[in-house]
Amino acid sequence: MMDTEIDRGLLEKIADLIGKPVGAFNIRKDSGCDGRQSTEHIEITSKEDKPGIDIRIKPGTVGETCYIPVIITKSGLREMVYNDFFVGEGCDVDIVAGCGIHNCGGQESRHDGVHTFYVGKGAKVRYTEKHYGEGDGTGGRVMNPETVVYLEEGASIQMETVQIRGIDSTKRSTKIVCGKGAEAVVTERLLTHGEQTAESDMEIILDGEDSKGRVISRSVAQDHSEQVFYPRMVGNAQCFGHVQCDSIIMGEAKIKSIPAITANCTEAQLVHEAAIGKIAGDQLLKLETLGLTEEEAEDCILKGFLA
Amino acid sequence: MLELQGLSYAVHEDGGELGILNDISLTVGDGRLVVFTGPNGGGKTTLAKSIMGLVRPTAGRILWNGQDITNLGITERARQGISYGFQQPPRFKGLTVRDLLTLASGDGKLSKDRCCQYLTRVGLCANDYLDREVDASLSGGEVKRIEIASILARNAALMIFDEPEAGIDLWSFARLTETFEQLHAAGGATMIIISHQERIISLADEVIVVGEGRLRHRGTPAEILPRILEDTLPGCPVLTKEAKAQ
Ligand SMILES: Nc1ncnc2c1ncn2[C@@H]1O[C@H](COP(=O)(O)OP(=O)(O)OP(=O)(O)O)[C@@H](O)[C@H]1O
Ligand SMILES: [Mg+2]
Repeated sequence: MMDTEIDRGLLEKIADLIGKPVGAFNIRKDSGCDGRQSTEHIEITSKEDKPGIDIRIKPGTVGETCYIPVIITKSGLREMVYNDFFVGEGCDVDIVAGCGIHNCGGQESRHDGVHTFYVGKGAKVRYTEKHYGEGDGTGGRVMNPETVVYLEEGASIQMETVQIRGIDSTKRSTKIVCGKGAEAVVTERLLTHGEQTAESDMEIILDGEDSKGRVISRSVAQDHSEQVFYPRMVGNAQCFGHVQCDSIIMGEAKIKSIPAITANCTEAQLVHEAAIGKIAGDQLLKLETLGLTEEEAEDCILKGFLA
Repeated sequence: MLELQGLSYAVHEDGGELGILNDISLTVGDGRLVVFTGPNGGGKTTLAKSIMGLVRPTAGRILWNGQDITNLGITERARQGISYGFQQPPRFKGLTVRDLLTLASGDGKLSKDRCCQYLTRVGLCANDYLDREVDASLSGGEVKRIEIASILARNAALMIFDEPEAGIDLWSFARLTETFEQLHAAGGATMIIISHQERIISLADEVIVVGEGRLRHRGTPAEILPRILEDTLPGCPVLTKEAKAQ
């Protein structure tokens, strides 16, 4: 497990993993299982009918972390994976996913994954997903993650996705359905450069009374890269939803942001804000007056923005 | 020592040329505290920005410690000890107050204690602000005080403050004037403060009234202040007339 330098590098980048994780984990490498461990409260089993795993977390599990990183080191490898999470009532857990591709060949490497979460009453899940690509091959590094979340009464998910450089093409789809009093907070950070393309399609359905949804998306598009965002919030009951999309555009890049809010109930309160702009000139100037060069100032502003 | 020699700045407008700064010459000795005051639109900010390199003068020279810096960029001037606190400071999404102070100080490991000291000197309670982003969520007066704190953290040989009092409440203003007084007494820095406030003007070694892009009057606070208060310095003729009619 984790036997090469490349493996270790990728795992650290996508899951902050150094050495063997503590607790439950499943490491998927080049479409095989490179290590797995279940614990008393978290059980991981392979699916019988298709590639992927089932993760069952016993009701009342508190303070545990489950790691399920995916790495691809072979050029030309393509896979489609289904992972299902069953989070029991009253749990409070962290799930760290993420995918790293090292492609030094000429063929496209590609990971498509569908993650489905069933989050029981009152359970809390923090879910992080980092995407990272490297390798000097001409082959593309492609990732198309799909996330579906069902939140039962009083459940919550804090979902954080990060993709900074390295992934040539991504099409992300996220759907979250909130039951009574449930809360979904999604933070998205994205930086594309070169000829990369990224699309993020998101739908948060506030079905239950007093449910809450919040999307905070920040992105930077550099060079010739292109980004498209479709954040959608639907209110079907008394609920509160807020979508906030901020993008910095640079070079010859293109960004399209198409937020939509739909209220099917008079008590639904929905807000969206979307802004696209270049780095403000006075921000650069201010940092230059503090002794930074123009490049350093730009770096500093982007780093802060995506932090 | 800062020397301005025949500094002018003109912009093209409707085919003609509009002089914003007109042939300004001035010397500010080391450790001096000079206050620029004068009517809105008189050219104070443009003058300050020319010293920082944010505005490129169309004629004249700027010397800093004997070296001609007229053609140096902003970064270079900053590294040579010139600093400027903006009249309208920009806001940054994602940069915290602590990040900004750290950048300003040039010390990547600026301690929390030091940050707190800078904030206290502008009347801010550090615990409430250190981790806040310098974004639109801060009030005008808060952003302004953080801007001043960033200049204190920078601790440059020349500090230019552009209307530091603007939007600041009375209590913080008192703290702020005290800070300027202490800085001046310590004698480490040369200060130029653009201000409309009597309290700040009275701290100056020299007061310069800037109007229509020229240095209109110069003198000590004792000489200049009474004339400003009596309104014997040229003001807006329309307003003066209205005031007399009432
Ligand atoms: N780039 C420019 N183009 C045209 N006019 C300009 C430009 N820059 C400054 N001005 C004008 O020059 C004048 C001086 O402006 P400046 O901001 O220096 O005044 P100020 O003395 O700082 O005023 P205040 O007290 O209101 O801050 C103003 O009338 C302003 O409109
Ligand atoms: Mg001004």
